Amino acid sequence: MTGRHSRPDQPADEYEFEHEARGERAVARRAGARHAAVETVPQPVTTRPVPIRNPVPNTMIEDYYSTGFNSSQAFLDVRDLRVYFPTEDGLVKSVDGVSFQVERGRTLGIVGESGSGKSVTSLSLLGLHKRPDKRGRGGARIAGEIWLDGEELVGASEEKIQALRGDKMAIVFQDPLSAMHPMYTVGDQIAEAYLVHNQVSKAAARTRAIEMLDRVGIPQPNARVDDYPHQFSGGMRQRAMIAMSLVCNPQLLIADEPTTALDVTVQAQILDLMRDLQREFNSALIIITHDLGVVAELADDIMVMYAGRAVEYGPAGSVFTAPEHPYTWGLLGSMPRLDRAVQERLLPIPGNPPSLINVPSGCAFHSRCTFAELTGGSCDDEVPELLDAGRRHLVRCHLGAEHRRRLFADRIAPHL
Amino acid sequence: MLTYIVRRLFAAVGLLLVVTLITFWIFYVLPMWAGQTPESLAAAYVGKQQNPAALHAVIDRIGFDKPLFVQYFDYVTGIVGGRTYSDGVQLIRCNAPCFGYSFKNYEQVWPTLLNRAPITLSIAIGAGVLWLVFGVLSGVISAVRKGTLADRASMGIALAGVALPVYFVGPLLEALTGQWSTVYVSFLDNPLQWASHLLIPWIALAFGYAALYTRLTRAGMLEALNEDFVRTARAKGLSERKVLYKHALRSAISPIITIFGMDLGAVLGGAVLLEVAFSLPGLGELAITSIHQGDFPVVMGVTLLAAFFIVLANIVVDVLYAVVDPRVRLS
Repeated sequence: MTGRHSRPDQPADEYEFEHEARGERAVARRAGARHAAVETVPQPVTTRPVPIRNPVPNTMIEDYYSTGFNSSQAFLDVRDLRVYFPTEDGLVKSVDGVSFQVERGRTLGIVGESGSGKSVTSLSLLGLHKRPDKRGRGGARIAGEIWLDGEELVGASEEKIQALRGDKMAIVFQDPLSAMHPMYTVGDQIAEAYLVHNQVSKAAARTRAIEMLDRVGIPQPNARVDDYPHQFSGGMRQRAMIAMSLVCNPQLLIADEPTTALDVTVQAQILDLMRDLQREFNSALIIITHDLGVVAELADDIMVMYAGRAVEYGPAGSVFTAPEHPYTWGLLGSMPRLDRAVQERLLPIPGNPPSLINVPSGCAFHSRCTFAELTGGSCDDEVPELLDAGRRHLVRCHLGAEHRRRLFADRIAPHL
Repeated sequence: MLTYIVRRLFAAVGLLLVVTLITFWIFYVLPMWAGQTPESLAAAYVGKQQNPAALHAVIDRIGFDKPLFVQYFDYVTGIVGGRTYSDGVQLIRCNAPCFGYSFKNYEQVWPTLLNRAPITLSIAIGAGVLWLVFGVLSGVISAVRKGTLADRASMGIALAGVALPVYFVGPLLEALTGQWSTVYVSFLDNPLQWASHLLIPWIALAFGYAALYTRLTRAGMLEALNEDFVRTARAKGLSERKVLYKHALRSAISPIITIFGMDLGAVLGGAVLLEVAFSLPGLGELAITSIHQGDFPVVMGVTLLAAFFIVLANIVVDVLYAVVDPRVRLS
């Protein structure tokens, strides 16, 4: 670990306690604590509609969901999300049955290597995948459910999603140089995002843009608001991008590799900024990254993805200090650390990421897994299920929980 | 920005000077190298009575016997300050800008050019508007409805437009429209007739260009639609129409504006094939008749004017490009 993450592995109840201690608003908004909120917080209570399942029961919802840790519905609740892309070479199963929850004020880190389905997941939350045309050709095939604050989004109309996009949910893209329009000023682009969802004058939107630039730490926002993106430095562009995403105070913010294009010092500033802003707006945050250091900084929960599926999902402290999936071990082992001798070699994960058209049979990771033979053959013909290994730490592995912990303690931990 | 434009204008003057030098070299020096003498050159101007006295009178009047650099100097100073010719009977004052005197038609070149220019200008403006509007429009539709019938149809028509020359499309349109008059009427005399009479030539000329612009716009839009900033625009919750026209088209249109300026400049120098096909007495038609008549001063004049339009178009395009794309704007 990059060394800064120090959250101890907490028992479940302590964890819950900390969760609720984030202030009354967080408590009020938590579905589970709604009754308490009505009594203590004098604010209008939005009646949360009872989630209506799809008329066709989704039998693909995996077992763990029904035995999941949140009996009431979370602010963002993704259930068995599947995103397939038909191509000439075959069906690309970019995301194949992913479920997760994020509450307001909490942060989920989604980790995985390129092509594991992280970005595809995030784009599908905002409905940014191309829809198939009238004849059903092209585009993305999306199945499953995405519940945002009680509203289902997968089956929602384009108009409805469009109204939510940028307003209730927003995204920060990586590489802001290409993600911002080169021919409009930074201020215009931020103001535009505000004007779509707010009936205000252009002057008011401009004032708001200056305010946001100031908030994300751009010096002289009054002057810089009229600059074009190419006149900003990389870090400033990413700040402006964040300002653009936050201009409507979204309650769900997705950051897709927000620091990949930045150098390390700027990365730290951007991460601090995102943490501050998240606290300020009490929004649910999803950080998508291949950089474990980033999630160590920010995340409350971590989901490790491999070949379109979650292989490990649980509280950040637990995933970092007691990882249970061999792939997570591999990720941790391949991460450089400041507190280790330079001579010590990093441990690479052997092999290459699998093709998403012909996903390996059984556990998608079995061909690269050092421990696959220990299960006596079930790894290569039986897909393991994502099961709770205790304390809402879910792992998708055929090895028994005890066996995994022993392996980690004996063979992995000494090398980390 | 202003100093940039001034600098460009000075450079343009230098460039045009080079163009005069080259055209002069082509029309006066090359023939000498090819074995022409002042006498044989003058013979073209004398007509049927080829007596030595008449020849020498012409040589003297035009100055074929002077050293070449003196002739060139006279030509350039004539453009700037005017000069005086004699046709043997009387002196002819040729005011600046004097592009020479046509001894074939007994007319000064510059007024001839001025007479012809409005026709070419009318053709260029009308056709330019047509091809820009329809080319970009069908290009956008093609890109947005990629793979649909509309896209295929517009790409098919565009292929025809690129493949069919104007001297085929022109007569075809004339045949299809029957008695529709294409006789040039000045805009100042009757704007309505001006437009209706030029409509068919405009369509004939614009067809090929519009086809080209359709393909350019389509390619540019398809590229723009895959850009990250278009995804950002969608992520903001903008309507699809705004995403297309405010974000994608804005980025796709700048190279098109550049090409449009260049094409318009080229057409202003004379839409030769179109003018000949429709017997419109514009600059292009003037160039062709002058070449046939061996009327070098006029050919030179047309060439220089065409060069001027292209150089001017270049400057306008560069300035426009800076306006459209802030990344090329000079600080």
